Amino acid sequence: MFKAFYTVVMRDLLLAMRNRSDILTTLFFFIIAISLFPLGVGPELDTLREIAPGVFWVAALLASMLALERLFAIDYADGTLEQLLLTPQPTTVLVLAKVLAHWLITGVPLVLLSPLLGLQYDLSSEAIEALMLTLLLGTPSLSLIGAIGAALTLGLRGGGVLVSLLVLPLYIPVLIFGAGAVEATVSGLGGAGHVSMLGAIFLLSLVLAPLATVAALRVSAE
Amino acid sequence: MSSSRFNWFKFSSPATFYPLAGKLVPWITAVAVILIVVGLYMGFFVAPTDYKQGEGYRIIFVHVPASWMSMFIYLIMAFWAAMGLVFNTRISGMMVQALAPTGAMFTFLALWTGAFWGKPMWGTWWVWDARLTSELILFFLYIGYIALHSSIDDKRRADRASAILVLVGVVNIPIIYYSVKWWNTLHQGASVSVKSGSSMASVMLIAMLIMALGFWAYSIAVAFARVRSIILEREKDTRWVSELSEIKR
Repeated sequence: MFKAFYTVVMRDLLLAMRNRSDILTTLFFFIIAISLFPLGVGPELDTLREIAPGVFWVAALLASMLALERLFAIDYADGTLEQLLLTPQPTTVLVLAKVLAHWLITGVPLVLLSPLLGLQYDLSSEAIEALMLTLLLGTPSLSLIGAIGAALTLGLRGGGVLVSLLVLPLYIPVLIFGAGAVEATVSGLGGAGHVSMLGAIFLLSLVLAPLATVAALRVSAE
Repeated sequence: MSSSRFNWFKFSSPATFYPLAGKLVPWITAVAVILIVVGLYMGFFVAPTDYKQGEGYRIIFVHVPASWMSMFIYLIMAFWAAMGLVFNTRISGMMVQALAPTGAMFTFLALWTGAFWGKPMWGTWWVWDARLTSELILFFLYIGYIALHSSIDDKRRADRASAILVLVGVVNIPIIYYSVKWWNTLHQGASVSVKSGSSMASVMLIAMLIMALGFWAYSIAVAFARVRSIILEREKDTRWVSELSEIKR
């Protein structure tokens, strides 16, 4: 079982490395989306510092949503997904492996890049720390919840737009607590409560989301 | 299953449910109209003026029942979605599909009347407080369900895929319901609760309950009428549909 998990993760990472432009597109979307706000709102550092948590989190939400399409679509198109569903290993484990690989490809780069972009917004070091911590806790939940939407819209016309309609409402709690944690840390209230809620959301989606994803995959791939 | 005296699955077949729904719709519609008329009359003319909120509070008679129904219909949808996934009955998916537009309508109504209530009481149409935001998410969930269902051409697959979505969205319902308790926000706490009774005059409470029952009957009537159309649409190639008197005409 662990071997199957490991194999699927390694396979997806290898595929991603062979086709690097996919990762870079998501990453550059994140960078560009964040860089647009100072141009639109105006370059006053006080305003920027205030809107930074929200901007970063919304950008992360959209970036991880855009990357969802890659999660199952290619495997679905070439028939790999069917084979995965037919294997004797528990499908939940394989789905978890795919989600983990997806997070490593699209979530972790965002976390690593956020301090650099945080400097552009003149964030204090503790705000950047809180931002990285919340993104680290929150982006796996985004990948897990997003996997349900990606599985539901497999092979549908207009799947890309549809997935945003299905997944963004479910992302809202992560957004609220993620951005709230950073704001609470900046204002000196301490973001521990928000971070705990993020952790709770992560654990809940870790347990429940793969089950729903598997059910959705079975409906979509039949 | 057939050994029990009452067959629970009798009306789970569209062929038996269609005439039953047809017979019930006019009665339930009549009940809905009477209850809503009585409820509105009591709410607007009989109930006393609120000492704090004046006449403006009267929107409560539409707002609160609409919000209840918006959450309740989603729970019913989730129930039918689970039934459809477990027992694989055809009618379940159709019920979910028939309820969704009504649920979305009540959610919108709750948000809209809430805005009208918020303007005189809070001085703003909209605040980003927990209950308003979660009710808005509920609205998005309804829209997402309708969008997903209509974009899948194979209706059986559409039923099952969107049933999963409905079940995932159920997480939101307790969040809406308890949001005023968990977060201390601008939206006032619940005026009616099972445990401690009501915090308002009994005339108001009765008027509100009558309105809620009226909306309830309305939802059933509309859902049944809609499910009849869905049955006809999906089963149009079957023999029993072609033998219906309204089709033959």
